[in-house]
Amino acid sequence: MSFINYSSREINCKIVYYGPGLCGKTTNLQHIYNRTNPELKGKMISLETEAERTLFFDFLPLALGEIRGFKTRFHLYTVPGQVFYDASRKLILKGVDGVVFVADSQAERLEANLESLDNLHLNLAEQGHDLSSLPYVIQYNKRDLPNAAPMAEMQRLMNPNGVPEFEASAATGLGVFETLKSVARLVLQELRDASR
Amino acid sequence: MRDLPFVMYDEDQRQILAIVERLVRDANAKGIFIVDRNGQLIVEAGEMHGVDTTSLASLAASCVAATGSLAQIVGEEDFPVHFHQGRRDNLHITLVGTSFILIVVFDERSSLGLVRLRVKKASAALAKAFEDMAKRAERAPASPTNSPFSEITDEDIDNLFST
Repeated sequence: MSFINYSSREINCKIVYYGPGLCGKTTNLQHIYNRTNPELKGKMISLETEAERTLFFDFLPLALGEIRGFKTRFHLYTVPGQVFYDASRKLILKGVDGVVFVADSQAERLEANLESLDNLHLNLAEQGHDLSSLPYVIQYNKRDLPNAAPMAEMQRLMNPNGVPEFEASAATGLGVFETLKSVARLVLQELRDASR
Repeated sequence: MRDLPFVMYDEDQRQILAIVERLVRDANAKGIFIVDRNGQLIVEAGEMHGVDTTSLASLAASCVAATGSLAQIVGEEDFPVHFHQGRRDNLHITLVGTSFILIVVFDERSSLGLVRLRVKKASAALAKAFEDMAKRAERAPASPTNSPFSEITDEDIDNLFST
């Protein structure tokens, strides 16, 4: 649920990066953090285990600029991908304005992607949401790896509705900002359409 | 179905801020923050200038969300009051209505008893103020004539990403 503050003239929106464990959600946020001007970003918070796996979430506040005199801020969150952290994922999805599903392109992770996608559908449905009516994009990460599955197969399995999709290598930054811009654009368009 | 945006106008902000500023004085608090359950800062008051309020709001909302789920596991609906004790500063967190969180930061100039007493009265006033806000929003929902966003063009959106 976006927050429009007329007093401070700000719009705040929440974007959640979802996907299976080790697919690169945190790496996406780290790249955005490293490549964003200091005045446009807040502190990146990572609540992680001792083994540097996401325990609860990563959080990165970003300011994109002004629209019609309103400062536009996006709060980026990742969920913990490991299957047993489902309770945490449900909490982080609350109030979401846009979703990025980060798929792991490695052939052996296809099943994990589909399981995570099903879990996303289920957890959104519990909150009365549906991916078809929510700003939503897919990122196929790790395309640079030699064991990446063919794009056609991933698209067929994960994107039957043809939502915006991006090939990426979050470790090198390829496709990271394209993904973010696409989902941010959809969120703002949704905000506009909702007020018409 | 999507949630509607939460909209706060100047008048709402002034009303909420007045209650919070009074609570700062009554409870001898260092700082008071109201955030919504999605982690957005609504208002702040007190002497804690320069603190990272964006992180504070996000972490407080997450803490409340996690504790709420814990409550349900042990058969409670929610834990409406949390207290975190530090060496110098302490945090008193209270749920206000169904959607807001009141965070009071205090040190040795105050006490848990005083904070609890003052928060009880203030949170009732805040709950009423938020309820009134919701009723006003229901009576006069944002329409094309009073929403600046209905006029956003694709070019406006493109311009955000051009720099």
